Amino acid sequence: MLDLYGTSVSSRLLLGTARYPSPAILAEAVRASKTDIVTVSLRRETAGNRTGGAFFELIRTLGVKVLPNTAGCHTVQEAVLTAKMAREVFATDWIKLEVIGNHDTLQPDVFALVEAARILTGEGFKVFPYTTDDLIVAERLLEAGCEVLMPWCAPIGSAMGPINLPALRSMRSHFPDVPLIVDAGIGRPSHAAIVMELGFDAVLLNTAVAGAADPAAMAAAFTGAIEAGRIAFHAGMIEPRDMAVPSTPVIGKAVFS
Amino acid sequence: MKLTINGEDHQTDISVLSELLVSLEYEGDWLATAVNGELVHREDRPGFALNDLDRIEILSPMQGG
Repeated sequence: MLDLYGTSVSSRLLLGTARYPSPAILAEAVRASKTDIVTVSLRRETAGNRTGGAFFELIRTLGVKVLPNTAGCHTVQEAVLTAKMAREVFATDWIKLEVIGNHDTLQPDVFALVEAARILTGEGFKVFPYTTDDLIVAERLLEAGCEVLMPWCAPIGSAMGPINLPALRSMRSHFPDVPLIVDAGIGRPSHAAIVMELGFDAVLLNTAVAGAADPAAMAAAFTGAIEAGRIAFHAGMIEPRDMAVPSTPVIGKAVFS
Repeated sequence: MKLTINGEDHQTDISVLSELLVSLEYEGDWLATAVNGELVHREDRPGFALNDLDRIEILSPMQGG
């Protein structure tokens, strides 16, 4: 079980709800993934339009915990206000805190992120910060009151997979007791398996499932890969070697010539 | 008076937030409101007085990653 701010969840996949071909396919993917947590967002509502309500009802029927985000926020003020509005709508003090620093890379503005995290934890929020793999930023976020960290492994939506394995390894070993969720950049189930093999606690992804030809099947594939990676981490993997080593014992081998 | 609602200019004589929402057919328990960058809780909307040039944000749930 994974403990996040005192809440135990069995699934180590957190699934985004955006970019699916239809609400029905989103629902299928969520069920196939067996996830316990989905991410959601807030946007301006058009007068007389019930789109937000329809989506809200769909999420309610899925019976999963909701992790609202502050996607699209570029300042501390925007992120803090969005978090407060999300708490009002979704009745949860969980918030996936994003403060974007660059339009092209969607890289987090880590300075604003730390400041917003400090403000929000002070107001009772349980902050899940979308951050980089920088260790000092991670320390500052923990000092600000975060009890979970969500480092990227590649830019959002890039599907590149883990592009800096040494940094991720370093992060895992520096923070052995902090739940670490890889958020952003995962493209394939094998990417998710790799970060789980490194000992990360969970994976948050969206586009890799929503953009697949069969999102529900891909969600199931990710769940399998994440479970496999987790089991492998605990099972103790052998290290790679430069030379071949026979797997069949040599002792007692027949001599034919 | 003149208000900015979700980024668009709006003229109205209504000066209470909850009444403004009803008049514009914003309904449902899934809306969050902010005025001039500050959250206005659902239960505070009936008594919340609006002033000329107020900036109002009305947000609702949507898909997110």
